[in-house]
Amino acid sequence: MTDNKTAEKTFDMSKYKFRETPKAVRVLFQVLKYVVLVFACLLVVIPLVVVLLGSLKTHEDFLSSGAFDLPAAIELENFKTAFIQGDVMRGLLNTAIILAFSCFGTIVTGTMTAFVVQRFNMVFTRLVKTIFLIAALLPNISMQVTVFQVVHMLGLYDTLAAPIILYIGTDIVSIYIFIQFLNNISVSLDESAILDGCSYPRVYWSIILPMLRPAIATVLVIKFVSIYNDFYTANLYMPSDGLEVVSTALYKFIGPYGSKWEIIFAGVIICIIPTLIIFLSMQKFIYSNLVSGSVKE
Amino acid sequence: MANVSAPAVKKRTLGQWLRGYTGQKYMTTILFLAIPVALLVLFTVIPAINMFIFSFQQRDQLGVNVQWVGFDNYKTLFTDMSYLQTLLNSIYYFVGSFIQLGLALFIAVILCSKIKLAGVFKGFIFFPYLMNGVAVALIFQRFFRGDDGGTLNTIISLFGADPVKWLSNTSINNWCLVFASVWRYIGFDILMFIGAIQSISPDIYEAADLDGANAWQRFWHIIFPSIRTIIALQLILAIKGAASVFEIPYIITGGKMGTSTFVIKTIETGFQYQKIGLASAMAIVLLGIIIVITIIQKIFFKEEK
Repeated sequence: MTDNKTAEKTFDMSKYKFRETPKAVRVLFQVLKYVVLVFACLLVVIPLVVVLLGSLKTHEDFLSSGAFDLPAAIELENFKTAFIQGDVMRGLLNTAIILAFSCFGTIVTGTMTAFVVQRFNMVFTRLVKTIFLIAALLPNISMQVTVFQVVHMLGLYDTLAAPIILYIGTDIVSIYIFIQFLNNISVSLDESAILDGCSYPRVYWSIILPMLRPAIATVLVIKFVSIYNDFYTANLYMPSDGLEVVSTALYKFIGPYGSKWEIIFAGVIICIIPTLIIFLSMQKFIYSNLVSGSVKE
Repeated sequence: MANVSAPAVKKRTLGQWLRGYTGQKYMTTILFLAIPVALLVLFTVIPAINMFIFSFQQRDQLGVNVQWVGFDNYKTLFTDMSYLQTLLNSIYYFVGSFIQLGLALFIAVILCSKIKLAGVFKGFIFFPYLMNGVAVALIFQRFFRGDDGGTLNTIISLFGADPVKWLSNTSINNWCLVFASVWRYIGFDILMFIGAIQSISPDIYEAADLDGANAWQRFWHIIFPSIRTIIALQLILAIKGAASVFEIPYIITGGKMGTSTFVIKTIETGFQYQKIGLASAMAIVLLGIIIVITIIQKIFFKEEK
């Protein structure tokens, strides 16, 4: 992991002066930079502000006022409707269950697979590794055309187990990340443990797993982002009422609340809030783990 | 490791062998890989093989009345305009991701220069990447709404323009969806580029500074060459992404009015019209495209190293 090394030597352009550019041009450049950044932020914020304002309006207020008008009075009823009648609450609960099980499952199976595949050089492990490499190419969503029949045959259709098992069983990226990380952990550690009489499962448990902690963090961040935001798996495999996740609960708003945008907006806001809290509380952690997760592709 | 078990090479009972390190290796492999391999076979290998076989068949979801039709499914895909059109629509997203990469590089370079509140700007621009896809789609459904209640129409009306039907006008609706897609994903590219730019050794800048390099020379001769690899990688990922667009058009327009993509069409064909054979053929075609791009990637990056 080169991150730590480079962090200390992060480039700070402020130390350097642009010798040949006159001051006026420099100031102009500096101003232009801020203009670009502010404009980019406005592009991000404007669609969101409209949603926030709209979610606070009553239905009549929403219809009669413009998109950027402040609400006549703060109305929190929309949030209640979206949360309870709109099943966003159930969606959050189901998403949390799915997240917990699939994160746990991925870490257990992913680290075990990576350990065996990376450390034991046998015909069988090489074969498994090759299949994983090829499987990474398969188009995820299109594959559901034939995955569906397997899920159906196993009796998992329309249960919470369907997305959980798919998130665990088809997560090749995580195995990749673990394998890449293990490449950098010296085998001599395993060997000295074996000389001390450790069995292989013991080596995995006492040496490999603790060493993999940074990789597990990366996988957890990627898992959270992808599962919390995933739509098609739940949409395809859990159509029943009561089995909504955040995405499908919101998606179902389009029908019954199609003309009540203030409620749709409230739903959108509720579903963004957990992401926002997590983002604000561990911004650096998310950045560094997403970067180290993707460089491994 | 071989040294450890070497003294016990002589005849051993099965129990002894299992306790030795070679036996343990096999046992551990079986124990650790049983579940992952079972899942791999069930949810990846079998569906992939089925996909290939089904692509030469005419069949429904239940698998009754299966007929072998040879290459007919593939023929349909490449002759029927309604399928080809969805494949062509990915060009919009490819152009979009090209622009996205350019903008991301531009913003990343700005954020790495002397800027106050750089972290705040970065946070704002990055946040959409973490947002729920359905939420993003709903936000943009409202943003591009065709009547005067739409956000964009409200903005342009400030400048005296008449409302535009953004999503039902077939000459602009795909670009609107591309915009939503760029809005959502650009933060990730920026993050990658910032990481790459910051990993350039400060010594190089110092040397350039001594030589009196200006900002543009600094970018063109130092930053750009150092992060060329990551740009190329992001570009390849962008092509794969453009070929597999699904969520944003599926939710915003439902793939109607000429905004369908190849994956939306695949899912529709498979689940709505129950034409599993044809849908499998589409999946195989997409797989083919991805394999070709991956091979190009491998060749390209071998040269780089």
